[in-house]
Amino acid sequence: MSTSEQDIIPVQSIGVPKPLVDGPEKTTGKAMFAADFQSIEALVGRILRSPHAHANIIRIDTSKAEALPGVKAVVTEADCSDSYGVLPIAMNEWALARGRVRYRGEPVAAVAAINVATAQAALDLIEVTYEELPAYFTAADARADDALDLHQEKPGNIEREVDFDLGDVDQGMAAADLIREVDVRCAEVCQVQMEPHAAYAEYDPGRERLTIRPSTQVPFYVHKMLSRTMGMADSHIRVIKPHIGGGFGSRTETLQSDLIAGLLARKARGTVRVVLSREETFITHRGRPESHIKMKVGMKADGTITATDFSVVQRGGAYSGYGIVTILYAGSMIFGLYDISSVRFKGFRVLTNTPPCGAFRGHGTVKTRFAFEGLIDDMATELGLDPFAVRRANLLVAPTMTENDLLVNSYGLDQCLDWAEAASAWKARKGKMGPNKGLGMACSHYISGASKPKHWTGEPHATIHLRVDWDASITLLTGAAEIGQGSSTVMAQCVAETLGVDMSRIRVIASDSAVTPKDNGSYSSRVTFMVGNASIDAAQNLKATLVAAAARKLEIAPEDVECLGEVFRGGQQDQGLSFDEVVMEALKGEGTITVKGTYDTIPESWGGKKYRGAAIGGTMAFSYAAQVVEVTVDPYTAEITVDKVWVAHDCGRALNPLAVEGQVQGSVWMGMGQAMSEETQYHEGLLLHANMLDYRVPTIIESPPIEVASSKPTTPMDPLGPRKRVKARSAASCPP
Amino acid sequence: MKTVLSLSVNGTTRDDVIPDNMLLVDYLRENIGLTGTKVGCDGGECGACTVLINDRPRHSCLTLAVTCQGARIETVDGLSRDNRLSALQRGFDEKLGAQCGFCTPGMIMASEALLRANPKPDEAAIRNALAANICRCTGYVKIIEAVQFAAEIANEIADEALAS
Repeated sequence: MSTSEQDIIPVQSIGVPKPLVDGPEKTTGKAMFAADFQSIEALVGRILRSPHAHANIIRIDTSKAEALPGVKAVVTEADCSDSYGVLPIAMNEWALARGRVRYRGEPVAAVAAINVATAQAALDLIEVTYEELPAYFTAADARADDALDLHQEKPGNIEREVDFDLGDVDQGMAAADLIREVDVRCAEVCQVQMEPHAAYAEYDPGRERLTIRPSTQVPFYVHKMLSRTMGMADSHIRVIKPHIGGGFGSRTETLQSDLIAGLLARKARGTVRVVLSREETFITHRGRPESHIKMKVGMKADGTITATDFSVVQRGGAYSGYGIVTILYAGSMIFGLYDISSVRFKGFRVLTNTPPCGAFRGHGTVKTRFAFEGLIDDMATELGLDPFAVRRANLLVAPTMTENDLLVNSYGLDQCLDWAEAASAWKARKGKMGPNKGLGMACSHYISGASKPKHWTGEPHATIHLRVDWDASITLLTGAAEIGQGSSTVMAQCVAETLGVDMSRIRVIASDSAVTPKDNGSYSSRVTFMVGNASIDAAQNLKATLVAAAARKLEIAPEDVECLGEVFRGGQQDQGLSFDEVVMEALKGEGTITVKGTYDTIPESWGGKKYRGAAIGGTMAFSYAAQVVEVTVDPYTAEITVDKVWVAHDCGRALNPLAVEGQVQGSVWMGMGQAMSEETQYHEGLLLHANMLDYRVPTIIESPPIEVASSKPTTPMDPLGPRKRVKARSAASCPP
Repeated sequence: MKTVLSLSVNGTTRDDVIPDNMLLVDYLRENIGLTGTKVGCDGGECGACTVLINDRPRHSCLTLAVTCQGARIETVDGLSRDNRLSALQRGFDEKLGAQCGFCTPGMIMASEALLRANPKPDEAAIRNALAANICRCTGYVKIIEAVQFAAEIANEIADEALAS
């Protein structure tokens, strides 16, 4: 290695556009997704689903199916030890329906057989006797006085009612120069991640152990729910996350197919592959709920917002899932984007006989934001104000605490507004674009991970292990779920940057419960912030170990060692030691080096206590966005074409500018689809659009150019300023 | 009914006995283990299963394998030559045309068909060629950039191959 002075500089990995560390696997077809695992003995798993939206199960007879040659296992609720779910207080779902079905398509039984034809034939031989019950497909019907309760413990079919009244709303309204109201209904939408749900489960009958590869964003939660459902010790289960074909929240909770694969493998005492069809993936759902929002805002003549009074009713579907969290977000996240203090909120999460909703990208916040942004735009017009001026009249100053006690420790919305306004030439073009063309704008924000995890255990939010052995490569072990968002890449960048070494020294091994430390998973935009910081902590610990070894070898004090990444030396005159030489020294008397890094949030970020559930919304950092959209409207058909989007995103320091741009473009586009064409519909509980032709995901033909700027204010809370940067976008695109 | 299927897959000729009702995608994935080709829908909706049949992009989930008698099939698994990524594979990697990677095999094969027929496509040609392929991660912006980049470097790679 050359040690001439100009050559020796630490390698920079942060702030540099980096392709994904697992990119070549994806472009060569070598990446293994759950449905790609196969072996000669793997059985085909298939699920029998309810034909009714609401019915008691009187009897299930599986004897004929079990007798069919080639059938190796049939499972029902009798094979389940317990219910499952998301929140510890609301685990009311079963892998296979127990006693009652509550939506069309709910899993009732499942078979494992030697091939598809046998499995399908076996399903037809399962006899289920149902007693139909009245079913409720709208929130209003489910809330009617005479409606039957879907769940005994949820009277009136209310999953959760949320109520808060902060500041002084009445006084705020009285002080307003203009008060306006909106009443909007936003459609239910589905993630439609490209990979249908799948799980590959191997049961070792000799040792009574299960190894499973589920298509999930949350391997740890799947692990917990498998042990609960199967009545197995946690330690007898190994969850390995394969490549994941997108998530967007559809896999942010354990799905029945994950559990059913485990149940079938154990009963068949072998290997079972469960691959859902696209239709079944739609039915599994966990999308964004249909929401009815009524909102009233008071505004001064200069655009200052004086009060907000709103209600949200969400049609949550048949089971609790994330429901309580979703309705809490719909209220709490009215705060944190603008300087507003007087807010009254009433929220209802309602249980209905439709597939369960979940934590879709921008969890709970998007539809509230849509209503609010539209309303203040209209009010601006009425007051003769520019939409940008209204936003600027209500900016926050960080650091601050909102009225509901959310910590805002950095704030870049002002810079986002400036960029979006300039890049779109808003001032010169707004209102002057000729017939049928126009510009619109909106802002949004989102958390960088919930500061309080939903399962509070006292563990750090994130833990990273680094291992260095005689070959001088660095192995990064993480439980964080790479689902295509680039989490493994950003962790490798954080470690490489801290040590000043090239990223090629680092190998990331992610999400194998037998090998990697626990991580809560990829949801609520937590990974870059939480796990990124833990990676930096681990790398600093490794650096200290290496510096101590270099000091021993160079016979100088550790504080005199200059660490230049690939070279450790005592000073410019010193030829120094190579990274490999330092590693060999560090191994002496110690053996393989293993270090740990952790990250934890601070109590100030844990959200408030002013109402029940006020912790929801608490985060270490908010990301902010401002967006301008140019559209053309066909005067004869009213068809809208989105011609171009400009979006500025405050994600803190962009650790990987390439990935930030890609994530922002993808989420802006997803929001556009929800605004323009996507909507699930049901006929008496039957999904009408359970395919990608009728459920209109935008194609490349109708997808506009999206120009992105990411701004750079850093949060004072962490050394490199990592901040998750994905979710704010879909909110600004305005859903239907 | 079963048939002996004789065809070329990624440059290798094969003879396999297959059921007449077998789809090409199942033949590729289940019978001969080429799992690079993906199934993202229940038939013809998403384009993830796109392969080349005699240089033309086709949905392998809508194609009966027996109809490929004597055909030349190419999948993403066979695009790398001499362990080097093809221009499109590099483009999708370096320009972040692949995020989760599930639509990527189909995107790359549809783009491969385009570049063979039209080595210097404009943006409209790229959009038209990929109109049957859905991506849910990228908003397509970086996919277009990936194909443009690949078109630029394709000649460069060909020149290097000649020189070596």
